[in-house]
Amino acid sequence: MTANLDTTASLNVEAAAPVDPAELRKARRERVDRTARWLLPVVVMVATIALWQWYVDAFKVPHYILPGPDRVVQALIADWSMLWPALLITIAITLGALVIATIGGVGLAVLFAQSKWVEMSFFPYAVILQVTPVIVIAPLIFIYVPSKIAGLLICAWIVAFFPILSNTTLGLNSADHNLRNLFQLYGATRWQTLRYLRLPAALPYFLGGLKIAGGLSLIGAIVAEFVAGTGGLGSGLAFKILEASYRLNIPRMFAAILLISVTGIIIFASLSVLSHLLLRHWHESAIKRDS
Amino acid sequence: MSASPIMTAGGDAAPRKPIVSLQRVSKTFANATVALKDMTLDINSGEFVSLLGPSGCGKSTALRIIAGLSSPTAGRLVWPDERPGAHDHAISFVFQEPTLMPWATVFDNVHLPLKLKGKSADASRATVMEALEMVGLERFATSYPRELSGGMKMRVSIARALVTKPRLLLMDEPFAALDEITRFRLNNDLLRLWQEFGWTVIFVTHSVFESVYLSNRIVVMAARPGRVVADLSVDAPYPRDETFRTSHAYSDHCRSASEALQAAMAAEGDSNH
Repeated sequence: MTANLDTTASLNVEAAAPVDPAELRKARRERVDRTARWLLPVVVMVATIALWQWYVDAFKVPHYILPGPDRVVQALIADWSMLWPALLITIAITLGALVIATIGGVGLAVLFAQSKWVEMSFFPYAVILQVTPVIVIAPLIFIYVPSKIAGLLICAWIVAFFPILSNTTLGLNSADHNLRNLFQLYGATRWQTLRYLRLPAALPYFLGGLKIAGGLSLIGAIVAEFVAGTGGLGSGLAFKILEASYRLNIPRMFAAILLISVTGIIIFASLSVLSHLLLRHWHESAIKRDS
Repeated sequence: MSASPIMTAGGDAAPRKPIVSLQRVSKTFANATVALKDMTLDINSGEFVSLLGPSGCGKSTALRIIAGLSSPTAGRLVWPDERPGAHDHAISFVFQEPTLMPWATVFDNVHLPLKLKGKSADASRATVMEALEMVGLERFATSYPRELSGGMKMRVSIARALVTKPRLLLMDEPFAALDEITRFRLNNDLLRLWQEFGWTVIFVTHSVFESVYLSNRIVVMAARPGRVVADLSVDAPYPRDETFRTSHAYSDHCRSASEALQAAMAAEGDSNH
């Protein structure tokens, strides 16, 4: 009825108005930036690979010291039947650890948020787990835990859960103070305040932690397998790398490393997409602005 | 002062009983700051009361105590209409900031008080849309707060306060952060809604002009310790509009409120020495 004057402001439908040269330059620069963002890294990669190939060929570097990219690709194709199952194992451990880290990290954070006393009592131990390098705990874990898969999961979990725990705890405690008062005023229960206020407020923080945890769970899985060091059925990429190094099969090592990197990139990219999808409507980080 | 016929919002001069009484209410914080000292105040049903005073005079503290967000150190709060022990004051609160949940749409934000009472979105759709229509935002139900201007966010905040059909509306400097044009427009909207629905409003402000324009009663407060120093009535008739804002009656009322405020601040200066 009366609100129409300031409601039109956000609709901003200015059709085909003349634009000044400064704005045109700015728009052009943004277009160039968008292309450069993916083109430049691709150019750098192609150049690096070309340089690598040239160096190996020109100086006749033996392939058991540094194989050229061509040999790495050959190894990747030739050993695919062996690398692919190993990759699947590593991915399974990584994702398994990430899922447990998410459940454990968020669960502990929610528990901590319920009571300052619980948080004060247990948070230091979460820190201790985090700062003690997993590589020194892993041998003990493999002694105490009979199943190798369980041992790998535990190691990867220890590395991955902390960023989720600490970020989610921060997020749960950073809900707007006036909104908390409002919930109190309308007689919200503890559960309602958690469900409708604190968890949504923690979401951006949690997603930030999840992105870090995704990379860390892959690292945890690989490191743990290096420590476990046993082959046989159900061995992952890390063991293939160890094995190839004993045999001086350097091209296969490179091929396995390549697969691990690509896996890490895919995990990071998927979590970034997930984060964007969940936050795009409301969070500052996901919003593009014209100025 | 005013030459116009004297009438208050309800129009009738029937004696009103208080909706809430503060009886010698004091509040001392843990750091020994005396935020309120012996505040006694009857808020009558249907009144538009402004609590006017400088920073630190305890006007927001008084509002929070009435809202139940804070408890008095001494004194008591009496709700004459209610059974003892029953906490169903039908109060709504509008904060200085819009205080919206950024992750929820306008509809979901306004639905919140009903959701917390266990009413689903479907069951309360009509009520929520009605509240949005009151503030003229029915077309923005699916927008997110970030897509709205400051004034519109405040309207959503007001719609959320109205959706529970409160008897008492508490407003803590709700328009202080807005530009003057938006502020005037929201003042008018608020008055229109108040006349239409007849709630009681307690409006905290530090603006003399805003308090005179809106309220039929101004309670002037002083700081250190926070206390009531004057209780003025603004007997200009409603509806009030831009004509009132430029009238002699308005400037007369502003002068007396301003003088009361000056006196309050002078008294505060004395008590410091």
